[in-house]
Amino acid sequence: MNKLLTVSPSPHEYSKESTPKLMYGVVIALAPALLATIWFFGWAALLVTSVSVISCVIFEYLIQKFILKKEPSIKDGSAIVTGLLLAFCLPTNLPLGLVILGSLVAIGVGKMTFGGLGNNPFNPALVGRVFLFLSFPVQMTTWPVPKGFNTSFSDAITGATPLSVLNENYEKMPVDQVMNDPELSMPGYSQLFWGEMGGSLGEIAAFALILGLAYMLIRKIITWHIPVSILLTVAVFTGILWLANPEANADPLYHLMTGGLLLGAIFMATDYVSSPMSKKGMIIYGVGIGIITVLIRRFGAYPEGVQFAILIMNAFTPLINNYIKPSRFGEEVKNG
Amino acid sequence: MLKTFPKGGVHPPENKISAAAGIDVLPLPEQVTIPISQHLGAPAEPAVAKGDTVKAGQIIATSKGFVSANIHSSVSGKVFKVDKAVDASGYKKMSVIINVEGDEWLDTIDTGSEHKKDITLNSEEIIKRCAENGIVGMGGATFPSHVKLSIPPGKHCDVLIINGVECEPYLTSDHRLMLERTGELVTGISILMKALKVERAMIGIENNKTDAIEKLREYTSGIDGISVHALKVKYPQGGEKQLIKALIKREVPSGGLPVDVGTVVHNVGTAYAVYEAVQLNKPLVERVVTVTGKELGKPVNVLARIGTPVSKLIEFAGGLPDNTTKIVNGGPMMGKALANLSVPVTKGTSGLIVFREEEARRKETGPCIRCGKCITACAMGLEPYLLMSLTEKDMHERSEKEKIMDCMECGSCSYICPANRPLLDYIRLGKATVGKMIKERKQK
Repeated sequence: MNKLLTVSPSPHEYSKESTPKLMYGVVIALAPALLATIWFFGWAALLVTSVSVISCVIFEYLIQKFILKKEPSIKDGSAIVTGLLLAFCLPTNLPLGLVILGSLVAIGVGKMTFGGLGNNPFNPALVGRVFLFLSFPVQMTTWPVPKGFNTSFSDAITGATPLSVLNENYEKMPVDQVMNDPELSMPGYSQLFWGEMGGSLGEIAAFALILGLAYMLIRKIITWHIPVSILLTVAVFTGILWLANPEANADPLYHLMTGGLLLGAIFMATDYVSSPMSKKGMIIYGVGIGIITVLIRRFGAYPEGVQFAILIMNAFTPLINNYIKPSRFGEEVKNG
Repeated sequence: MLKTFPKGGVHPPENKISAAAGIDVLPLPEQVTIPISQHLGAPAEPAVAKGDTVKAGQIIATSKGFVSANIHSSVSGKVFKVDKAVDASGYKKMSVIINVEGDEWLDTIDTGSEHKKDITLNSEEIIKRCAENGIVGMGGATFPSHVKLSIPPGKHCDVLIINGVECEPYLTSDHRLMLERTGELVTGISILMKALKVERAMIGIENNKTDAIEKLREYTSGIDGISVHALKVKYPQGGEKQLIKALIKREVPSGGLPVDVGTVVHNVGTAYAVYEAVQLNKPLVERVVTVTGKELGKPVNVLARIGTPVSKLIEFAGGLPDNTTKIVNGGPMMGKALANLSVPVTKGTSGLIVFREEEARRKETGPCIRCGKCITACAMGLEPYLLMSLTEKDMHERSEKEKIMDCMECGSCSYICPANRPLLDYIRLGKATVGKMIKERKQK
């Protein structure tokens, strides 16, 4: 019985969880939303998504291999998630050159300059999206009207998003009137839920996003803390505004189901790297995102504020991690 | 709803392969190696020399100080030498090596198998018996039991907690003991209650051992003050602080002991050893060891004499499979990997697990993705990712403030980490440095 044995410190047992499994889990959670967008916007949606994902992966590979000169880690799936999320906040008729440029900024500036996976302070997909939004505002806010598979890629019919219509008309006429104006053709709740409205790829179908959330919660990829605290805060804040002055404000449900709120709350704000790590920290972060979102939507210049709200709170994440600690065992002695 | 501790925890695959294997008595080996330090605290001092003849149960090393324990010979025979030998820690420790001749016990020890129920000794006498007979905690930490039973002045204890949790995967030695020595175990618990002068004892058992729960309920039904509690299966419930929280909802303060919240915790193995020490005057010279592994021919639970080389136990369980690359002394979460097969069974050896190549190797480490799963898993409410990076950066003052010393090294963080980061390895390093800092500060 003379054998060379492996000696290592405990534990000797490991869970089956791994970084790639978590990342591909997010990809699976995004699948319903992807299918929904293809249904509403046709093949153009698939084209934009594919270009975004492939260019994110290629940029990550090239930067790691030739600039950082280390072993490329594209297999971990994080670049695929970034590519999907970036595509989901773009209009389907965005010129493909801009999609590729957005991917370069997302991966190159948003992720790799900080040292790659695990080190980026901001959500890379949002960095790419905001870069495009500020640099190419016209192209980025020209939303095609969904016509299913008849939506051709070159369609530049501008169907304004419900939030931008609201934003333009806040001071001009009561919200009720905006909602029912046949010329403005605002979508109703069921249209919002099933995705029949103008908007970016991933923001249009609430049910598909909620399905993704359910999957991620069941697989324990994320916990409820961030999405629920964001959505609740938005509901409460817009609810107060609405109750105070129903003439000038849309109701909370409308706010929850429009814009990129669900996409942001479920998939963007929950990005592991750029969100706080303790449960208490997550809730503070979520409440912050909710408040900033409503402030921008209602009182700011832009009709939608989720992406800025998330980026602003991303910047607070290290501070939150530093000061908000989980309650330690034996800290407060509760006997009874 | 079953009781459990509220903060953190993980649920590794249970793998209790040997749960149905009754306790077998292991044949005597030709030679035993008995380390003089098998407990927490000061090593004992050898009391025999080369060439001495010893009987089973005879003291071969005497306790040095209060926090220390006597070491007894587990066999009869001749002392071959008193020398250094590698133990489970991987270091060479002073040991008494005895060549076995026959099986002769000291006359003062009752070697019969009759269950003696009547407790005639009083509290002080019980504690003295435990000290004389070298009883230590058998759950793994091997803290001398007489120290735990002596309540310091100014403290009080109102409930005794008996740990039958056995939350480590694979291990079944406590489970079998609860099933096969139930009566003696219950008497042991009554003895401990008498020693501590408490009216109440609670036995905590995880719900994957329903047969043991039922059997103990049956045996304790007529006894006032002893109750059996089924607990939800969750690791590390066998940790003292977690078990106390689960059963009586009291939280041991950071840096404190169970007695600070009015309780003392003893393992079922210890309670059984206390029965033998007090009722039979039998020292701690043998224990139940689980020998298991997915590839092992015949996973068993054996009653082995202290000092028996590990190789004998594995031989008894069907021999070492060819693809074995790691042997763990203890459970897979907290046990120590052995360097060779001549390491002896000691008072703290609860199990031996044989792992094959794929199970033994660690997976490749990736960057921290800040998922926070280590925080969710930590039963002490710590931030393992932070403690690891503070240790890497030599920021030990900060990690002391972040309560690194509260870590009990249960391994849940390393277990759960999706990037396979060696969190606990670094935390151990950090604890060693911070521990040294605290010691130096106290000396000033």
